[in-house]
Amino acid sequence: MHSKQVKRLRGYVLITLVLALVLGVSGGIMAQETIKIGAVYPLTGAVATTGADCRSGVELAVDIINGVYDLDFPFAKAAGIPNLGGAKIEVIFGDTRGDPTQGMAETERLITEENVVTVVGGYQSGVVKTATMASERLQVPYVLSDATSPALTERGFKWFFRVIPHDGIQAKNALELVKDIETKEDTVLPNLAILWENTEWGANVALEIKTWAEECGFKLVADVPYTYRATDVTSEVLKLKAAKPDVIIHAAYVSDAILFTQTMKAMDIRPKVMIGMAGHLDPNYLNTVGKDGEYFFVRAVYGLDLATRKPMVEKINELYKAKYGHDMSPNAARSFTAPFVVADAINRAASTKPEDIRQALAETNIPGSDLISPYEGVKFDPVTQDNVLGRSLYLQVQDGQFRVVWPFELAAVPYVYPFPEWDR
Amino acid sequence: MRIPVDPPGFLAVKASKLPVYAHIDWGDCMFLQLFTGGLLLGCIYGLVAMGLSLIYGVMGIVNFAHGAFVMLAMYGSFWLYKFLGLDPVISSPLIALFMFGFGVAIYHLIIGKVLKGPFLARLLVTFGLGIFFVNLAQFLWSPDYKMVQKSITHGILMVGPIFVELPKLAASVGSLVVAGLIYWFVRKTKTGLAIQAISIDTQAAALMGINIQRLNAFAFGLGCASAGAAGAFLASFYYIFPDVGTMFGLVALVAVALGGFGSTEGALIGAIIIGIIETVGGFIVGSEYKYALIFVAYLLIVIIRPRGLLGWGAD
Repeated sequence: MHSKQVKRLRGYVLITLVLALVLGVSGGIMAQETIKIGAVYPLTGAVATTGADCRSGVELAVDIINGVYDLDFPFAKAAGIPNLGGAKIEVIFGDTRGDPTQGMAETERLITEENVVTVVGGYQSGVVKTATMASERLQVPYVLSDATSPALTERGFKWFFRVIPHDGIQAKNALELVKDIETKEDTVLPNLAILWENTEWGANVALEIKTWAEECGFKLVADVPYTYRATDVTSEVLKLKAAKPDVIIHAAYVSDAILFTQTMKAMDIRPKVMIGMAGHLDPNYLNTVGKDGEYFFVRAVYGLDLATRKPMVEKINELYKAKYGHDMSPNAARSFTAPFVVADAINRAASTKPEDIRQALAETNIPGSDLISPYEGVKFDPVTQDNVLGRSLYLQVQDGQFRVVWPFELAAVPYVYPFPEWDR
Repeated sequence: MRIPVDPPGFLAVKASKLPVYAHIDWGDCMFLQLFTGGLLLGCIYGLVAMGLSLIYGVMGIVNFAHGAFVMLAMYGSFWLYKFLGLDPVISSPLIALFMFGFGVAIYHLIIGKVLKGPFLARLLVTFGLGIFFVNLAQFLWSPDYKMVQKSITHGILMVGPIFVELPKLAASVGSLVVAGLIYWFVRKTKTGLAIQAISIDTQAAALMGINIQRLNAFAFGLGCASAGAAGAFLASFYYIFPDVGTMFGLVALVAVALGGFGSTEGALIGAIIIGIIETVGGFIVGSEYKYALIFVAYLLIVIIRPRGLLGWGAD
């Protein structure tokens, strides 16, 4: 009797698995001539909203590459990859669920079962760390434009390229921002607190900031790591309160950014300067916390305000808005870049062999005018394969908008200082 | 060191004592603040944990979908707030009632049937249900975060120097009310006594003419109702997204194990202990270790007193 039930259970499991496989292949039936690119993102789980945003960025990029658009942007005017007879790019998405093990498994699946010629994405450094192990082992290029842990490119991988400036450069930029405010406001802000989610990415941000803080003469008064899935952060926030910092730098994903903002408001934590990143950029963050998210400085590599200097930013945002109904978020903009870097390499290589693409990627030289990011261009370091032309921006939330406020020469509006009362 | 005895010196001592006193006072407040935070958090965990414990006590299954039920209740309160303007705190009895009906339906449709099946099926059915509901929520309502912007309990109460977040206070009071109701129901009503009888000895209870299926469904519904109440109170201050219940469900599971499987009071006490360990322990030892501390406490209990603080020991 039992074995019958077990058999039936097995049958159910089998059916479920088959269904999952069929539903899991996003694109369904596809033509043969397309060039397949894999994209791994956390499409479900705690950071699923950010994953969805990144996915939209990649989808729009591929639309522009495949379609014909009247834009002064690479691959826009012609359909597909010109040197391969206009071959179209097809993206196959894999769901990492924000989990390193799953990220590696999905990358393997995309390469071995879907036969993708390049992989992009990842978003979380912890996931990229294992996902790139798979691509390195299977010898397929991985182009990253959205995770920033310096450790990723320190491993000397041959098949791994990163477009975004890593946390070391961005940490230095954060403290440069504070120094610039000190000079401009004629004040001193020596007491620094770091609040960080304790996975790969947050830990590296914290490490880089600590290194640069010492160099720049800041005093670290609180160093508070936490689990990003925490349900309550009272003890973390009270630690900050006891330390009385002038500046709080917070490395957060989205749900923890919301929770910390609410708890800091409840406990009335008010430093002079509040700096956030990643989660603070997610549209859900501002939608959820509303006015409480105002006046945070947020680290970014994109801002709609860049349109004042790069008209293309606005045109691409219009396309994005037409497709998804809201402005392109900085996270979507980050992910938007990688497919172009890949398309550029495939076009120059005029081949879809991973080895040829890798060779072409190493010789990449894209000018800053062909990007919607503030980078001066894309050119990979021969050793680390990090983009040597990357740099970051600081935005400040003012009236519900992310405005570019730093570097001062790129600023669209002046910054607000100090961080005001919570009930405003 | 010279101890001044003349009046100006006396005054000087007083003056010099002031900042020191202020410092100590601040330290005490910090502890009180942490303790308050932990207590409130614990009561909220408790509300989730009590339903879990009740379900285990009666039918011997661990409801892994409990966190998902909390999530569904949170969405329910959110929609009531959004479309009817009902505040989550006010609509909490409504949500609890709805979740009761939902629980009874789930029991009759799925759980009751699986209870007769093999052990593995009993173990996995709620696990599968949890995954199903989380993904269903993501499919129906997108992974976006939702939030009740202005709840009536919105705000902060200052008790001396201590910040008390009003929505958490309301949730804690709600939690204690639910605990009282369950206590009264299980001990004083005929149905409650029958439920106790089932959890002590199912076969004997059946022989005495107790309708096991009906009462199991009732108990499952009651467990879901308390998850519903928890969800409604949480919705008044916590953000809502499909995966929100998972961590609450997990912590509740530890609270139940700590307090003793099958004991609702034990679950509440276990949850309060966890809340305090998380907040106070997290502050003293380091917040990155706060969940580790909870599990260390759990391990200690398991080693010293395997059936939990107030467990019945009967299975």
